[in-house]
Amino acid sequence: MNEKNIISIIDIRNSKKATTPLFLDSVSAGFPSPATDYLENKLDLNEYLVKHPAATFIVKASGPSMIEAGILSGDLLIVDRSVTPKNDNIVIASVFGDLTVKKLRKKGSSLFLVSANNEYPSIEIKEEMECFIWGVVTYVIHKAVTK
Amino acid sequence: MSYIKQLQNNHSSLDNSIALIDCNNFYASCERIFNPKLMRRPIVVLSNNDGCIITRSAEAKKLGIKMGEPYFKAKKIIDKNNVKVFSSNYSLYGDISQRVMETLARFAPDIEIYSIDEAFLGLNGFENYELSTYCSYIRRTIKQWVGIPVSIGVSSTKTLSKIANNLAKKNKEYDGVCILKSWFEINEALKLTPIGDVWGIGRRLSSFLQKYNIKTAYDFIQLDKGWVRKNMGVVGEKTFLELCGVSCIELDLIPSDKKSCCVSRSFSKPIEKIHDLEESVSAYGTRVAEKIREEGLMAESMSVFVLTNYFNRKEKQYSNSIKLQLPFPTNNSIKIVKRALQGIRKIYREGYRYKKAGVILYGLSKSSQVKGLLDYDRESSDAIMNTMDRINGRYGSSVVRLASEGIEKSWRMKREKVSPCYTTNFDDLVEVKT
Repeated sequence: MNEKNIISIIDIRNSKKATTPLFLDSVSAGFPSPATDYLENKLDLNEYLVKHPAATFIVKASGPSMIEAGILSGDLLIVDRSVTPKNDNIVIASVFGDLTVKKLRKKGSSLFLVSANNEYPSIEIKEEMECFIWGVVTYVIHKAVTK
Repeated sequence: MSYIKQLQNNHSSLDNSIALIDCNNFYASCERIFNPKLMRRPIVVLSNNDGCIITRSAEAKKLGIKMGEPYFKAKKIIDKNNVKVFSSNYSLYGDISQRVMETLARFAPDIEIYSIDEAFLGLNGFENYELSTYCSYIRRTIKQWVGIPVSIGVSSTKTLSKIANNLAKKNKEYDGVCILKSWFEINEALKLTPIGDVWGIGRRLSSFLQKYNIKTAYDFIQLDKGWVRKNMGVVGEKTFLELCGVSCIELDLIPSDKKSCCVSRSFSKPIEKIHDLEESVSAYGTRVAEKIREEGLMAESMSVFVLTNYFNRKEKQYSNSIKLQLPFPTNNSIKIVKRALQGIRKIYREGYRYKKAGVILYGLSKSSQVKGLLDYDRESSDAIMNTMDRINGRYGSSVVRLASEGIEKSWRMKREKVSPCYTTNFDDLVEVKT
């Protein structure tokens, strides 16, 4: 019992920097665990979701207009500002100074911000709108479990 | 012949290339990232406690709002011109600064982070025509990746690159990049630079030089090198040589180990009771211990100080500080706060209205290197602190705290107009309409 308690304290300390899994160092009297040689670093979602940490921001979506693109109200969006926006990318755009999330679409020489919900109109980007692309959405984090 | 003439006649080399990258009106620009509506609106950012104006956007400068001006004095212009006012949000500015520096570090192996919004970059090996293309590229990248506009000055010494940077900022036609890599360009730039604006020339040296009719940096470098050394010392000579294109101040690539760390704040309103002072000192002690833990350091000794409002001449003044030894090197909040409280009780005097207090830790060293003889409970002490830091890291700062910090904290700093911590707190993420 006592030993268990001590281990849990050390665990908290070590896991701050998530270095090596704890039991690698433990001395055991019996047969060594055959899994020890195969231990690898734990999965790191930051590494998976964020390619350019300096340029990546997280924002929160609100509203129903991007439902068909898999973005629901309250979802978190990973936005990588180092990615050059391309046709059909989901982007964060600033329109008249308001940030909005839409699909970027090119038709001929015109650019549109398109909703992913038939009930919402598309916006054609015009000069006087002072529109610029704030960043490209690379991942959507959606909570699957509801209470 | 003067020193500079000799250099120029010999076509002395200006091969070295050092860039100074400086973020434009940094705090105001940070606020604009998540609030593009403010793009052309005048913005000011206030110092701690909403006291003075410490950052002005270009539009605010144009309105005649002065740097360092007390907020209440500028309030009339601010209200009349619909200037957006922010309390300083160092969580946001610190995070954005880190992003800028990380991005900059991709462009050259040698970088010296000089302040929250400035860095020197070693750009040796580039041909002069490449430099301007490369710097424009750096500038565009920082703007696109992080959203911060920067100005870049390049020359062969740090002091000259500061001057180049100033010019890049002042002249629109430079488009944010100014490169001074020929004697002609350097001479012209120095003629435009008042001697008091030169990096390393303080007010004292500046008024000393004015006496000799030295008005610009150009006048200064015409002087005799020996005279400068004799009258302005080694430091003055260094500045002189730097302006002559001779590099004397190397890039400082490895941040030197910190020897001390301080947390101090002004109170929102004057404090008179020892109880309130104890609470504030507990909070600062906790925060400063947290800070050194973040860097893996331990402190050997500490001091606590208090002072009254020096500017309020009508009230009687008192200030004092006390140096306190710690029993062994530690970064444990509980031990540091305990000692801080003993200190504040010793220096507290009744009947004064206190304006500010602080806790300073000294003799910092890497925590792995030191273990005091009496430090028998180091493991459990570390475990408790780590647990506290983790909980506070996840659920917001000071969720778990020492009771001596108090709950109401009526003395706490005034930050009435602070923006959300967009990049460091999940509850503060910017909302984007779909």
